[in-house]
Amino acid sequence: MSVFNQSRSTIIRLIFAGAFILLIFRLFQFQILGSDYSRLADENAYVKKTIWPSRGLFIDRKGIAMVKNILVYDLQVTPSAIKGMDTLAFCRIMGIDTPTFRAKMEKIIYRGGRTLPSIYQQLIPYDIQYKFEERQYNFPGFELVQRTERTYPFNVGGNVFGYLNEVDTGMIRRSGGYLRSGDDAGINGLERFYDRVLRGERGVEVFVRDNKQRIVDKFEDGKYDTLPVAGRNLKTFMDIKLQQLAEKLMKNKLGAAIAIEPKTGGILAMASGPGFDPNLLSGEGKRKNLNDLIQDPTMPTLNFAINGMYPPGSTFKPLGGLIALDEGVMQPSNTVGCGGRYYACGGKGVGCHGGHTVNLRNALAVSCNSYFSHVFRKALDNPAYANVEMGYLKWKQYLSDFGLGHRLGVDLPAESKGYLPDTSRIRRERSAGWSSCSVLTLGIGQDQMLTTPLQMANAMCFIANKGYYYIPHFVDSIEGETKNDTILKKYRVKHTPVHIPDSSFEVVHDGMQAVLEEGTARRSLLKGVTMCGKTGTADNFFKGVMQKPHSWFVCFAPRENPQIAIAILVQNAGQGATYGAPIASLMVEQFLKDSLSPSSKKRAEELSKITIIPSDVKYKKYVRDSTVAYNKFEETGDSSYIRIYLPPPPPPVINKDSLAKLEKIKLEKTKEQEKKDADKKAKDAADKSKEANLPPKKPELEKKPKDKDSIKK
Amino acid sequence: MNNKVQISKGVDWSLVWIYFILVAIGLLSIFAVQYRETDNISNILLKGTQDYGKQVRWIVICAVLAIFILLTDSKFFTATANLQYGAGIVMLLLVFPLHTRVAGTESIIRFGGFQLQPAEMCKIFTLLALSKFLSRPETDFTKPKNHLIAAAITLFPAAMSILQRETGLALVYFSMFLAMYREGLPDRYLVTGFSIGAIVVATLLIEKNTLAFILIGIGIGAVYFLRKQIKRDRALLFKIITIVSLCIAVQRFAVPFVFKNVFKSYQRERIFSSLGIDDPYKDKSTASLEPEPEKKKKDNKDSYNVKQSKIAIGSGGFWGKGYLKNTQTRYDFVPEQHTDFIFCSVAEGFGFVGSLILLAIYFVLLWRLTVVAERQRSTFSRVFTYGTAAIIFFHIFINLAMTLGLAPVIGIPLPFISYGGTSLITFTVLLFIVIRLDADRQMVLR
Repeated sequence: MSVFNQSRSTIIRLIFAGAFILLIFRLFQFQILGSDYSRLADENAYVKKTIWPSRGLFIDRKGIAMVKNILVYDLQVTPSAIKGMDTLAFCRIMGIDTPTFRAKMEKIIYRGGRTLPSIYQQLIPYDIQYKFEERQYNFPGFELVQRTERTYPFNVGGNVFGYLNEVDTGMIRRSGGYLRSGDDAGINGLERFYDRVLRGERGVEVFVRDNKQRIVDKFEDGKYDTLPVAGRNLKTFMDIKLQQLAEKLMKNKLGAAIAIEPKTGGILAMASGPGFDPNLLSGEGKRKNLNDLIQDPTMPTLNFAINGMYPPGSTFKPLGGLIALDEGVMQPSNTVGCGGRYYACGGKGVGCHGGHTVNLRNALAVSCNSYFSHVFRKALDNPAYANVEMGYLKWKQYLSDFGLGHRLGVDLPAESKGYLPDTSRIRRERSAGWSSCSVLTLGIGQDQMLTTPLQMANAMCFIANKGYYYIPHFVDSIEGETKNDTILKKYRVKHTPVHIPDSSFEVVHDGMQAVLEEGTARRSLLKGVTMCGKTGTADNFFKGVMQKPHSWFVCFAPRENPQIAIAILVQNAGQGATYGAPIASLMVEQFLKDSLSPSSKKRAEELSKITIIPSDVKYKKYVRDSTVAYNKFEETGDSSYIRIYLPPPPPPVINKDSLAKLEKIKLEKTKEQEKKDADKKAKDAADKSKEANLPPKKPELEKKPKDKDSIKK
Repeated sequence: MNNKVQISKGVDWSLVWIYFILVAIGLLSIFAVQYRETDNISNILLKGTQDYGKQVRWIVICAVLAIFILLTDSKFFTATANLQYGAGIVMLLLVFPLHTRVAGTESIIRFGGFQLQPAEMCKIFTLLALSKFLSRPETDFTKPKNHLIAAAITLFPAAMSILQRETGLALVYFSMFLAMYREGLPDRYLVTGFSIGAIVVATLLIEKNTLAFILIGIGIGAVYFLRKQIKRDRALLFKIITIVSLCIAVQRFAVPFVFKNVFKSYQRERIFSSLGIDDPYKDKSTASLEPEPEKKKKDNKDSYNVKQSKIAIGSGGFWGKGYLKNTQTRYDFVPEQHTDFIFCSVAEGFGFVGSLILLAIYFVLLWRLTVVAERQRSTFSRVFTYGTAAIIFFHIFINLAMTLGLAPVIGIPLPFISYGGTSLITFTVLLFIVIRLDADRQMVLR
């Protein structure tokens, strides 16, 4: 009977086939079309552990390592694995009590979970590490993890080397996939500029984990592991002793000291005052120290050598003389009389030390403003050019060729440009029909001209080399350098921007030698070395108020075969000869003789002890410190914080009028009211007296005289 | 010697080979999931500590059972079919007072180290009883009364299973309707069954008013196309109207009622997650108290199981990761990866190609079973073979659909491959009874 239903077997088979086709279609969808699943599976199962390469070192010109990598230990804990540990012994070793330990563990579990290892404590001190390792079998779940940290045995070079810190998102994006969040990278200085060379290549160990995030095994017995490639060392031009001296001399001052080897453009030393010890920004306390340094009004983290912009003042004069000679508007023997002031442009004129007639050599020696004003006007009003603007542009072009007004391209990040005013700005700020008199003080390195100390040091190299320079740079060579290392390429190109005859340089050299032998800096002459130098005393303003001038000194030595070119700037320190010249002289001595004579040592000690903090910085410091103190006082109610900023407490003030009034109106509330009133008054008085107790500069700072043109020297 | 000749005579060796291949694949898959490099294999096989070690034991037991079945006379099955069914029902009923406390189920009796799941074994007895009933010479399967009896035989154990919280097992019994269909169960039963299924699914997927309009539209269409017949027979119009209104009643009232009151919330969740929608019947009072988990649900409609299973299958790609290189299934990312989700291990290790091969083997098995069924002279053997094919098919389809996220997660093992003694024994017994019956295909069994 059922045989009649035989056709139904076909239908049943079709149902089977249909169901299987549906399944195959779904499989196809997942396994052939679904591209994401394999990534998801990998993310589930693989853990990549990074093996950090050791970072490259900085080697000075004599082969001394200026930075070192030291091994530090972090204590890591896996909370789920600490069963049966000897808590008491652990606490004894760590120097804590059991409740503290429990609280810490709870915090760790809350943050990182039970099954994953978390850092228990960073940077375990050596003695604790030693004790811990001895009894490690007692502490299951705890593990010492090795890591390297930078350390600086000479305690110098904070602004040069920079520091390492966790990368931000921008750096991750720019790194082209190398950096990942949580990585450390160079944030500043050479560490940043040469980060790619220094960091080496990470190694990777691949592990497999299970659904509870536990590491199960090494994946394929380490077949896919890669070994790290150590970062490469950098051989620099720096002389660590010179650097130490420079930083010592710049301590407690704002400013910069730079020494360059003119023949190569290699920077021998670069100190920025006040600077900081790079060890502060490595290892324990990094974050706090960084915060303190950044908030410090003296700006220790700012590299004044490349970021400070100052009017060059008289140190500009050798360059002005060179331009004049090269343009042919002046002959070396031409003289200009100076009767105390330069009156050719009328008005008050430019101040001068007066009473003589000078040629270029002597003008440099005595730093004659009249001479260089005259020379500057001659250059601008050069009949070879159609008008003063053309003359000015030519003059500006010279300066640009000397390396002013633009970034030199030193191997540090964030270099400042300096500033040379352009014609449009002069036209706008002076008048459309401006003449060479309108910008007269540009000729003596004042007005709106701004240079960085590095640019002046480089200009010295240019003069010392008689017509060429290399872009100043720290790094001589990279260890194991290959053709692919293009980073140093631009530093090996000789720049010969203008062809000025040697004879012109000789005249300038003569004048600069005279500066030290008979001129402004004669007290800083170094016996046995033919030094050429130039002092500078640059007028400057803060909020329109003239401040104490910056002390500049530029020099190179020896004249015959220049080995070191120096630029010194001490902010608001006064005459160039008082601070700039002696510092430079000491540095030349240190570099050429590799040591200081006893008398020089004494001089260096004296100089390093002198503190010169500009009044505006003092003011800022006062404002900041007193604000912090006041906030603390408000927070804690402890007046000892603000007491040092206050005059002796004023006698209690009671407002008698209001008191009498209140007594009349409501006798019963009087006492309460009186108390309140008195409290309020006392507080107001405290506030007022705090404001009144600003430094004596303050009223002076608030009025803003506009006469910028009053120039003296 | 004589015995051996008797055993092998008439045996369909292709089925036996397929059986061994599938069991081997299963063992290797369980091994791939559980093996660790540190395992001492010989030790584990001897002691049966790991699941693959245990599975080897089960396979040995199954081999012994298979030989016993092959040694049995076919008439034994026909003769004792009803007896076995009765015994099975008694066991099922005994479960209620005697069941052991195991999470998620009330269907297991444990004594000593041995655990028994009568609902699972009852498949065999039910199929035997159904075959026996249909093969009776006095059974005229065109009569609705006999349809009812057959359905009762099949569905009584299913009802018991549901009461023992084994919904998946209960559903398996429905597959036996395929065997009845072959024996002449009228089309309309299957059509009605499918239609109700379709309406239920549509109710869950489509907004209720839209669905009502669609149903009315279909009704109007039917009236239009059948207008000539309706002119002749007015009763047809009423039939259509009744059907449409029934459908609307189902989608409007019956389905929400069942979903709200019959299904547990976890069951609803599984059903809706396989459809890829939120649970609209979620208890509003608890939902308002805990708004956040609900939000999370929206981001992640798949349950963890299905998601990880999809990742495992998808990451296999075309060629697969290779044997023992399956990361998803080796490191416990897929839950139940050696039992219900064992297919992930195959699909991850051997990719699309491997999965296709496995499906092909299954398809050959099913095809072969239909061929074997059609060559039987006795109705008993044919019904039993079709029933076996249907049960195996249902397991394969629901298991893979569940693994691939097409069906709700219900605990149904993959025949011959999933780890588990009970299921392996059940399928072995079913298949070898078929082989035994087929060996005697020349006989007419009653």
